[in-house]
Amino acid sequence: MTRQDFLVLAPYLAIAGGVVLMLLLVSFWRSVRVMVTMTVLVMLVTLGLVVANIDNPPHLVSGFLLIDGYAALFNIMFVIAAIVTALLAYGYMRGRSGEPEEFYLLLVVATLGAMTMAAAHHFAAVLLGLEILSISLYVLIGYSEEGHPPLEAALKYLVLSGVASTTMLFGMALIYNATGTLVFSELGQSEFSLPRDELYYVAGHGLLFAGIAFKLSLVPFHMWTPDVYQGAPAPVTGYLATVSKGAVFAFVLRYALITDVLEIPVVSTVLLMFAVLSMLGGNLLALMQNNVKRLLAYSSIAHIGYLLIGLLAVAVLADGLIAVEASLIYLAGYFLMTLAAFGVVSVLSSASEEVDAEHIDAFVGLFWRKPLCAVIMTTALLSLTGIPLTVGFVAKFYMLATGAEGGMWLLLWTLVIGSAIAVYYYMRVIFTMVRPGGDAGYAHSSPRVEGMAVLVVIGISLIGFGVYPSPLIDFVRSLIGITGG
Amino acid sequence: MNLLALIVLMLAGGGIAWISERFNPKAPRWVALLVLLAAGLWVIGLWVSGDGPIYAETKFPWIARFGISVYLSLDGLSLMLVVLTLFLGLVAIASSWTEIRERTGFFQFNLIWTLAGVVGVFTALDLFLFFLFWEVMLIPMYFLIAIWGHENRGYAAMKFFLFTQVSGLLMLLAIVALVYQNYASSGVLTFDYQALLGAEIDPDIAFWIMLGFFVAFVVKLPGVPFHTWLPDAHTQAPTAGSVILAGIMLKTGAYGLIRFVVPLFPEAALDFRWPAMTLGAVSVVYGGYMAFSQSDFKRLVAYSSVSHMGFVLLGIFAWNQLALQGSVVQMLAHGFSSAALFMLAGALQERLHTREMSDMGGLWVRAPRMGVIALFFVVASLGMPGLGTFVGEFLVLLGAFQVNVTVTVVAAIGIVIAAVYSLSLMQRSFQGPPNADVAAMADFGVREMTMMLLMAIALVWLGIFPQGVLDMAAPTLAGFGVGIP
Repeated sequence: MTRQDFLVLAPYLAIAGGVVLMLLLVSFWRSVRVMVTMTVLVMLVTLGLVVANIDNPPHLVSGFLLIDGYAALFNIMFVIAAIVTALLAYGYMRGRSGEPEEFYLLLVVATLGAMTMAAAHHFAAVLLGLEILSISLYVLIGYSEEGHPPLEAALKYLVLSGVASTTMLFGMALIYNATGTLVFSELGQSEFSLPRDELYYVAGHGLLFAGIAFKLSLVPFHMWTPDVYQGAPAPVTGYLATVSKGAVFAFVLRYALITDVLEIPVVSTVLLMFAVLSMLGGNLLALMQNNVKRLLAYSSIAHIGYLLIGLLAVAVLADGLIAVEASLIYLAGYFLMTLAAFGVVSVLSSASEEVDAEHIDAFVGLFWRKPLCAVIMTTALLSLTGIPLTVGFVAKFYMLATGAEGGMWLLLWTLVIGSAIAVYYYMRVIFTMVRPGGDAGYAHSSPRVEGMAVLVVIGISLIGFGVYPSPLIDFVRSLIGITGG
Repeated sequence: MNLLALIVLMLAGGGIAWISERFNPKAPRWVALLVLLAAGLWVIGLWVSGDGPIYAETKFPWIARFGISVYLSLDGLSLMLVVLTLFLGLVAIASSWTEIRERTGFFQFNLIWTLAGVVGVFTALDLFLFFLFWEVMLIPMYFLIAIWGHENRGYAAMKFFLFTQVSGLLMLLAIVALVYQNYASSGVLTFDYQALLGAEIDPDIAFWIMLGFFVAFVVKLPGVPFHTWLPDAHTQAPTAGSVILAGIMLKTGAYGLIRFVVPLFPEAALDFRWPAMTLGAVSVVYGGYMAFSQSDFKRLVAYSSVSHMGFVLLGIFAWNQLALQGSVVQMLAHGFSSAALFMLAGALQERLHTREMSDMGGLWVRAPRMGVIALFFVVASLGMPGLGTFVGEFLVLLGAFQVNVTVTVVAAIGIVIAAVYSLSLMQRSFQGPPNADVAAMADFGVREMTMMLLMAIALVWLGIFPQGVLDMAAPTLAGFGVGIP
């Protein structure tokens, strides 16, 4: 390894070093407060190193990781999501039994896994990152020791996610069998992509994308999503919905960009089908939900469906980077609004109740009881609906524009129909919040200051990037502009 | 002066009104009054100081990536509609002066934000910005209905929001499609109205894009068969909400047809002329028929709106200057007459706690001032010569007659039906034997009489001297119907 390798790897080394440090610290000095502070510190150092490296040209580290603007962008999103989750979890875990110190350790490890996937340029790196991420998540999901919902969720996720990982692994093996390489750029070269009609090559990708569809919870591989989202502690659900999906998407998008996998007819047809089914299915299944966590789970399925328009556009548009830009803007918006929505559920959840503040009745009259929480939740929901002046609209607009440029009318019609259905269930939650009464219902915890501060910042950025998205757009464009891709 | 500043003034004023509730529950209505008076004076200042055809213009880039700019422009048509908006805003505040006792701050906030959105709709000449304001006016209106509405408010608010939001999504898709069609033919990505006016679009695609706009606007107008949200929303909304809905919001649909559908897609709109005119005539007759069969005062007035706005649709697609001028006069006249009738209905409901006409009867004896006012606006609604509605409907019929005799004859029947339902409204509520159950009832006070008289004067002025309105609108309408038989 050269000096340059170490320099570009600095964020990864920082976060890995942070894990070791925290591991030692937690053995000697058990304090939740120290662990939260350490988490935020490690994340901030990592973030600083990512930003400091932004101007470097793309650098391939031993064919394994490609550190470039694309990876940096994902890493920034992951690190911010981790900080948000840590601060929300601090308030959430208070009063709950268990050993919350290790929670933060696992959070940092999971983020390291996600960051590895963002830069993966080799199937081994994908698998490594995916497993680091997933194994941490198994524990995080089942965290609080009391009550059986987290345990049920963790077990479900463990079994199903394990199956998906092995499916992907087998897919990779078949691709290796067909091509003799695991490096993306070599897979993208013409002599390796020639055998694309070969049975192993196509079957390998079929298995690979089945696993990916599971991890992204695309219909019809979505069955686990509502149960796991409902059972997991609310801050973890937010993390699961953003970082774990973002990491998988980072890999798929880069893979699609470097290789011509989308030109395999089976893959593009199946992805198109997944996108249409997810947009319709996710929104339809959310319609009748009275559980806000489940509702948001289904809505996240639909949103990943919208996101697939960006992925599919990579092969359709003359300049694939435009599709990457649209996907990244969409994902950034999705991160913000999803974290905000689950964040409000987290700060409202009380340790004295077995379940989180997740039933829709817990939201009755929230506007008049906790106006700030209600305003942030409303902003997040309006953003998810795609109402102008929120970042969700900018994101949806990007997808419409990209689809229109590529003439992907089937997907655009589905997006419009899906969004139309979605209006009903998002507005239903907002209507519940403005309905008077409800004091006798759910006992809310009083939100802690750091949790609220984080939510206010997200709320402001939801509106801010909605009103004036140019800085976000310019930032994303400048970062992916230098990607070799 | 800066048009954006006008809208920002209103948005900020709304915020101040909300906050001012903390100091005194009566403060918000005064703040709202001051904000609207200031905005009104500002616009009148622009009117007096400017000399047409463009009274004021604001333009600067906003999202350069997509060629989106903040482009607001005030021409004769926009100016009249903005003045109508601000005036009816004052009427709305006056009509809710004593009706709203709870959450007054949030109420005035929503009221002013709706008006700000409408002012934006009437002035925006960038399609992205137009869509943004189109949506911005919806959400506060949703809250107005959902929070302060009557017994069935949740259903009505949701129905209103679903109809307008779903049709708005169609329009967004149409806007994006239009812009990318223009991009494909000219190589320039822009949302500028002036630049898109000359866009070269494949006629087949143009028809579908036109239809997207058309549906969005006809839902708002509303035309049969997209009118079903209207009776519910108007009936359930608080008085101020009904005044704004009927007086102003319906005009945004008509304005959209005049400003966007016809100029942007002249050929496609001309092809669509017969279905559109037929829809207009059917709305006129069906709205009148339904109005006659109502027993609810507000519902009757709501259906009469469908009937009156049908003339506007008919006039626009009759495709000649005469009918088009009639449509503009009709828009203004209906703004005043329907706002007055809804204000009257609200006043009755506040006093009698019912909207059922069977519970009324003989009210003239108890409240002679109300009786006189009711008679005046009922007569205005049925199209008495000398008042604004007559001029509007007469011009529309005159223009349409040159184009299609059958449709015109059908629409003319609507005027007869208008006489029937209007007089029956008068008879059932104000005349006949006094209902013994109705106790003493306060007559109109100074506040209400002032507003009513102002609206009455406006209707008389429109009826006797419509030329001023026609002259102001002339530059906007000049390009219509050129070279078409």
